[in-house]
Amino acid sequence: MAMVKLRIDGTAVEAEQGTSVLKIAQKVGIEIPTLCYHEGIEPYAACRVCSVEMVRGRRRRIVTACNYPVSDGIEIFTDNERVRRVRRMILELLLARCSEVPVIKELAAKYGVEKSRFGYDPKEKCILCGLCVRMCSEIVKADVLSFAYSGTSRKVVTPLEKEMATDVCIACGACAYVCPTAAITIEDLSKRKGEVPEFNMGPPTAISIPYQQAVPKVPFIDPEACIRMQTGGCGWCAQVCEPEAINYDMKDEVVEVDVGQILVTTGYQVFDVGQMVQYGYGKIDNVLSSLEFERMLNSTGPTGSRVLMKNGKEPRAIAIIHCIGSRDEHYHRYCSRVCCMYALKFAHLIKDRTKAEVYQFYIDMRAFGKGYEEFYSRVLDEGVNVIRGKAAEVVEATWSNEREGYLLVRCEDTLIGKFREIPVDMVVLCAAIEPNADADKTANVFSLQRSPDGFFLERHPKLDPMGTMSDGIYIAGCCQGPKDIPDTVAQAAGASARILVLISKGEVSLDPIRASIDENLCGGCKVCNNLCPYTAITFDDVKKVSVANETLCKGCGTCVAACPAGAITGTGFSDEQIFAEIEGILADAGSKR
Amino acid sequence: MMNAEREAKTKNDIQEVAKMAFEPKIVGFLCNWCSYTGADLAGVSRIKWPPNVRPIRVMCSGRIDPTFIVKAFREGADGVLVSGCHPGDCHYYEGNYKALRRVHLLRRVLEQFGIHPDRLKLTWVSAAEGERWAQVTKEMTETVRRLGPLQLKD
Repeated sequence: MAMVKLRIDGTAVEAEQGTSVLKIAQKVGIEIPTLCYHEGIEPYAACRVCSVEMVRGRRRRIVTACNYPVSDGIEIFTDNERVRRVRRMILELLLARCSEVPVIKELAAKYGVEKSRFGYDPKEKCILCGLCVRMCSEIVKADVLSFAYSGTSRKVVTPLEKEMATDVCIACGACAYVCPTAAITIEDLSKRKGEVPEFNMGPPTAISIPYQQAVPKVPFIDPEACIRMQTGGCGWCAQVCEPEAINYDMKDEVVEVDVGQILVTTGYQVFDVGQMVQYGYGKIDNVLSSLEFERMLNSTGPTGSRVLMKNGKEPRAIAIIHCIGSRDEHYHRYCSRVCCMYALKFAHLIKDRTKAEVYQFYIDMRAFGKGYEEFYSRVLDEGVNVIRGKAAEVVEATWSNEREGYLLVRCEDTLIGKFREIPVDMVVLCAAIEPNADADKTANVFSLQRSPDGFFLERHPKLDPMGTMSDGIYIAGCCQGPKDIPDTVAQAAGASARILVLISKGEVSLDPIRASIDENLCGGCKVCNNLCPYTAITFDDVKKVSVANETLCKGCGTCVAACPAGAITGTGFSDEQIFAEIEGILADAGSKR
Repeated sequence: MMNAEREAKTKNDIQEVAKMAFEPKIVGFLCNWCSYTGADLAGVSRIKWPPNVRPIRVMCSGRIDPTFIVKAFREGADGVLVSGCHPGDCHYYEGNYKALRRVHLLRRVLEQFGIHPDRLKLTWVSAAEGERWAQVTKEMTETVRRLGPLQLKD
């Protein structure tokens, strides 16, 4: 591009031919007001506020700075009397259209326009700058917004003038973001498509670091919310990222890795507390599941660790109900084990951060671990109310003025033998830990067995709590049963050590239980060949006998039982040995022949 | 006449009493991975199950040769219980299906020999089902107790 020389407000500047006046002014630090300009979008010169005077030779004319391309020898005046007069008129007209928009009022006041002679409309906010329309078509490439009608009826519309979130709108919010007059507001978009993170409790963005402790701690792009991945538009993050770290083509891929041992740590899922309708979860405001409340207490959570009700106020009293879904014949009979302690932690943090009363509704307080009982005593000393008895239901107290706005927790206090109604502002339901919904599929993949409660079964409850029935496959954590962090860490460390033992040994010792075929007895019928699930038996075409591969054989003995010639023997489980066993255990049955 | 009737009744009563006191001997063939572990779990969990069932451990229910079962009857067993992993859970993928085929065939053969097919039972008990093992053995014991002694050995 050819370089051109020009003067702007008396300063000599050199610039590429065709650059807009506005860009050059911004570069040399001269401020030109504008409403409809955005650096990423093609200029449109709709608002006219950026008008400047251009002088070429003897010709002087008013041009818009945002889209006027510079050429050699011109001189620009951005703030002389003529320019100010023109801008005053433009602002007066804008003010007539949108008389209550702060940004226009401020700009007009700056140019000495307090009131418009041409009219007054406090409701209108849109100045028809088209920034949203250009954003939607150029950047987002969704082409939802467009101008409709002409003259005084001209306005920005969605297809068929429907409410927002029509089929084509991807609800990215970009139009609201660029709107200079806040005519499109973010509140209009409260039901956004990309609302994924943490229980609708946080601001959704397409690109984010999922949480503060994420490893690796790098931002990732949510393909559901990313404009680029939905429409092929935008792509701004790639433009601003200097190390060029952004790659939109990266996709989830399946990688196959050969391994010798596997540690299954597939974890658990949280019981859906909405199933127990008596507690009103999902129907009554401020009834939270324990995981939601945990997020609320978290410093990186949606409220920045403040305990708040939906109306933004601090609760006066909070009920924490234990055993939701656990120790319950209708759902899970087992104890989820961690709830008592995290419920006490909740109480402790609530006492620390608010003035709220805390009520714990428990069946049995199970402070089972190291230092836990001491913590329980400490929480009791902090003035937390504990009520022994599972709460029966949570209702809204709307019928009584005295208890207006309260939630009532109804329960039987089994220690005093009375029914009670406790008024609270917030209810936290301690949800059970349950096996993942797809635990059966995982079990199938790894040949794992499951205990009646659905968790994966260990090889032996006492002697081998991390091994499984399949050699080389170990389990740790809540996939084996509910447990807290110290227990999970201990089990996982134990399983890892077991794995390392085998790796450092460098060899695998197999059980000596194997099938062997006596060539002299084998008639070559091939019955056993297809029976073997490990294809350990092959047929020797030269000798016309079946041959067992001792390394592949796992010793199930199916072939031994099937061999019509009795040519196959299973080590440790031969016919003679089992016959002897049968004779042995039936030695007391009647008299010998 | 009266005497003969009384005698017959007494004999009947004695038989009834003998049946009541009859403790059947049942041989259980248990696969190593599911049923044997399940029976072990029943013990570890202190769940009571009848001592009438005398377990023999094999690696897989697929290893159970029909001759084992016949041999057990011949040696004086009143019943035989074959127990493996639940279908689809076999440690060796499909050994329990082979047991299923063999046991069903053998039940027919036993009937022809004059042995009540209920004396041979096939069940699935997983390693986690200690309670089920207790229930299965109780049921089997009661079934065989009702059928009475087999007395093949004499």
